[in-house]
Amino acid sequence: MTISPEALVVDRLSVRLAGRMIFEDVSFTLAREEFCGLIGANGSGKTTLLRTILGFTRPVSGEVRMGPVGEGPGPAAVGYVPQKILLDPQLPLRARDVVALGLDGRRLGLPLPSKARQARVDEMLGAVGAADFAERRVGDLSGGQQQRILVAHALVRRPRLLLLDEPLANLDVRSAAEIVALLRQLCDTYHVAVLLSAHDMNPLLAYMDRIVYLANGHAASGRTDEVVRTDVLSRLYGHPIDVIHIRDRVVVMAQ
Amino acid sequence: MIFAPGFLTNGPVLTAIVVGGGAAIVSGVVGVFTIMRGQSFAGHALADVSSAGGSASFLLGVNPLLGFTGMAVIAAAIMGFADMRDPRERDLLTGIVLGAGLGLTALFLYFDITSMSTSGAAITVLFGSMFSIPAAIIPLTLTVAAGAIAAIVAAYRPLLVSSLSAELAEVQGVRSRLIGLVYVLALSLAVALSAMTIGAILSTALLIGPAAAALRLANRPGWAVVLAVAIGLAATWGGILLAYDSFYWTPGHGWPVSFFIVTLVLVFYVMAAVLRAHPAEVRGT
Repeated sequence: MTISPEALVVDRLSVRLAGRMIFEDVSFTLAREEFCGLIGANGSGKTTLLRTILGFTRPVSGEVRMGPVGEGPGPAAVGYVPQKILLDPQLPLRARDVVALGLDGRRLGLPLPSKARQARVDEMLGAVGAADFAERRVGDLSGGQQQRILVAHALVRRPRLLLLDEPLANLDVRSAAEIVALLRQLCDTYHVAVLLSAHDMNPLLAYMDRIVYLANGHAASGRTDEVVRTDVLSRLYGHPIDVIHIRDRVVVMAQ
Repeated sequence: MIFAPGFLTNGPVLTAIVVGGGAAIVSGVVGVFTIMRGQSFAGHALADVSSAGGSASFLLGVNPLLGFTGMAVIAAAIMGFADMRDPRERDLLTGIVLGAGLGLTALFLYFDITSMSTSGAAITVLFGSMFSIPAAIIPLTLTVAAGAIAAIVAAYRPLLVSSLSAELAEVQGVRSRLIGLVYVLALSLAVALSAMTIGAILSTALLIGPAAAALRLANRPGWAVVLAVAIGLAATWGGILLAYDSFYWTPGHGWPVSFFIVTLVLVFYVMAAVLRAHPAEVRGT
């Protein structure tokens, strides 16, 4: 991982898992404070791409470069919200404890009480709208509330890049809309680039600066209106595709 | 009769209080993380394997805590290095290690019984006999206890992050394998201590019971640990007291300490479950 002026540069990345090519020659760039949707069907390689950016999976070729990082060494400079975390109701952790663990969870020894630490946690709880349930056991919170806490956990170290894997997958329509609006707001407030994967682009359409569309082992990227077009997606899928606009929604269908 | 005369001036009782107390403290501290990591079965397996060391130490005439601890640490190292991510694979390996350990226990206990023509070793190893623990074992007990607690204190925050999600730990740069190994070694020390006191078969009760009760009540990790320790101590010391008193209930032979401890652990767990089920009345909110 080398340093780049952009928040994230993915350069001709190819990943093979268990002998199968997951994707090939994927390239895109994310500027600071850009909000980007990583769109693709289930199994299109979204999670693998995010894990490769994090350094958990080694590419067969290509590279990932990151911008001026936040605090801390290595991949800790990136905030990450993994897919489908089910927080066990048995966990003896309040919502605020989970956020605090985002700050210094790798440190050894017991956490000493610190005003500065508490202030950062409180600020982040407020920023994600979680102040009201900060003292509750995290496993007792709703899916949308847990998602806010996990975002705060990922952001509390002030990374320059925030990756989220299907954060809307288990949420009802209203909670999903709230989370997307919140992420867009955090993106602007904390000057963090956001890369968010989803199988449905519709909840993101009003907010995305940029889209990376994964299909058929390849990616198309650019502004939404440059990518979500009949000709571009037909070329990407390798067979004719219809992009249908219904009011302010988009449907992508095979012909 | 409760608090029969001579309780606190009796040598074997004092040894039981110190050694049992050490086992309860360490089991409470480690047990909270055992449950959060979903490794109760591994804890039980390590206790069973440690019984092979305990029974061998009777045969060789060495300090039994050395036997229990040595065998548990070896098994923990095997399980720690195997680093199974898939819980089903992990349970499988755990079960196989457990079986092999108990097989050795069967062999050593057979030799114990045939060479010394006594079945006492079998009862002691499997179900504990706290009033026959030699006082000479106290320094080693305290050393093992301190080692296990130091390991958990050092790995405290990485253990908590890992219990949230392995990926969240990894992205912060937590070395999950190393932390997992440190934890399973602490676990092996904890179960060796409680195998020494309430027996290999019953040690799981002291590891899991107080921690499970504490996790139902405490909303913070620190409180959960303190509560688990308190419940474990109450059950252990209460059990010792009741067993001592039982010499006066059925003159000539008292009841086993382990029975009372395990029963008290169950009572505390049920009480915690009831409290958790009706939080409004209890917490006054």
